[in-house]
Amino acid sequence: MNYDFSSGIELIKLCDEAGIKISEAMIRREEQISESTREQIIAEMQRDLRVMRESVKKGLTEKFQSVSRLSGGEAMTLYRYADFGPLSGSETCHAAAAAMAVVEVNAAMGRIVAAPTAGASGILPAVLLECGHSKGWNDDKLVEGLFCAGAIGLLFAKNATISGAEGGCQAETGVASAMAAAALVELSGGEPLHCLDAAAIAIKNIEGLVCDPVAGLVECPCIKRNGMGAANAMLSADMALCGITSLIPFDEVVSSMYIVGREIRPEYRETAKGGLAATPTGKLIAAGIKRMNGRRED
Amino acid sequence: MENFSVFDIIGPRMTGPSSSHTAGAARLGYIARRIIGDEIERVHFTLYGSFAETGRGHGTDKALIGGVLGFSPDDQRIRSAYKLARDEGVSIEFTYSDEHADHPNTVKIEAVDVNGRETEVVGRSIGGGNILITQINGLDVEVTGEYPTIIIRHQDQPGVISDVARVLSQLGINIANMKVFRRSRGDRNAFMCIESDEPMTPDMKDILMRLCPAIQELMIV
Repeated sequence: MNYDFSSGIELIKLCDEAGIKISEAMIRREEQISESTREQIIAEMQRDLRVMRESVKKGLTEKFQSVSRLSGGEAMTLYRYADFGPLSGSETCHAAAAAMAVVEVNAAMGRIVAAPTAGASGILPAVLLECGHSKGWNDDKLVEGLFCAGAIGLLFAKNATISGAEGGCQAETGVASAMAAAALVELSGGEPLHCLDAAAIAIKNIEGLVCDPVAGLVECPCIKRNGMGAANAMLSADMALCGITSLIPFDEVVSSMYIVGREIRPEYRETAKGGLAATPTGKLIAAGIKRMNGRRED
Repeated sequence: MENFSVFDIIGPRMTGPSSSHTAGAARLGYIARRIIGDEIERVHFTLYGSFAETGRGHGTDKALIGGVLGFSPDDQRIRSAYKLARDEGVSIEFTYSDEHADHPNTVKIEAVDVNGRETEVVGRSIGGGNILITQINGLDVEVTGEYPTIIIRHQDQPGVISDVARVLSQLGINIANMKVFRRSRGDRNAFMCIESDEPMTPDMKDILMRLCPAIQELMIV
């Protein structure tokens, strides 16, 4: 049986015929397209999970600043606050903090796993690890979640884009939220179709979001958008799990997101020429960063 | 890249903050080191476009140095690259250029090795941590670094390409991609870039050089 797929519909059919979950389809596909064994493929994903866990831990326990000195420490603040009755619920707040932690680590030149990009690297590890903690999912389950998320990311990469320069922030934190939402649904016992509903709901929420990083750095607004992306993933998953569906089917949502992405003007696609980057404060910060060039650093 | 692996989506594991400005820069430095081949004494990086604009904030400088020191993109030693270069006695210089470059994330790497030999490599970071080396010592090339790569400088004449292909097949090396560049017919400095499935060892290099006299220089990248 050929396990490759190019659309959500094909993926659902494949899972249906073989009686398997999305994660299993993705593992079998990887076996077919690579020269690696199943064991090697799973071991490689376990290494990713390990680095993800380290990056969350580092961001929530160590004090540091980014290279630009624009960020650092806010994730830890939110994580602590989450224990004191936050309005959005302590689990959501913990997950948002964990997502911010990873991107703060990233901005400080720490080690992260791009998922699907470095700028959106917080969302997937945060929701898997935080929800995994409260639901009691072990590492084998979390690795399955990563394969399921990978399948959703693949569909965006094939049929749309996962690059902010091509499709704006929706292609980065949006796709990451969609990947995470689908993984949460599968790990919670949802059917493959529910996974796609969750992914569609998540991306619809931020369709059209532009990429306008201040001074071109992966910090403002990226860090907080990862926090929001975690919450988006969790709520989208909950909607799908209680039986709410996406009126517009997943594949059509992917294609509309791509069309919208291509219509976003270049100023709002990672070039740091529009939006937040073009505000008076944004420009002032960019000028300061440019002055760093002359200085030697040790 | 139509047939994405799951690890193109989840991954790479990398030193932040940017796959293009940090991970890609580290790879550019790393490939340049392999082209230079010998111990490096001093290296001058010229950054263009977005590399020049936002490079320092992205740690592009540290990533380039780290790459030249032989670190992979997920190596955390990249963070202390300036100090480690100093410890190894490699002198480092940066120019942040305002000049226009064909691609926004472009770097020129000019290195002098311990034997005084100069090498100039120009490359670009094309997204997602992927790179393309576009020039070596002034000659246009296309090296991605995704496969074991050999670069051959040769005299342009009939039969050279088939000789090289024949010897490679005898050495058990399967050619994945091959491109030939020359300025004009009979160019003494024509180039071949060969990406292969199997890596070439120094022994194999000697055999290939001996059996194909039209080869003037061979670099294993």
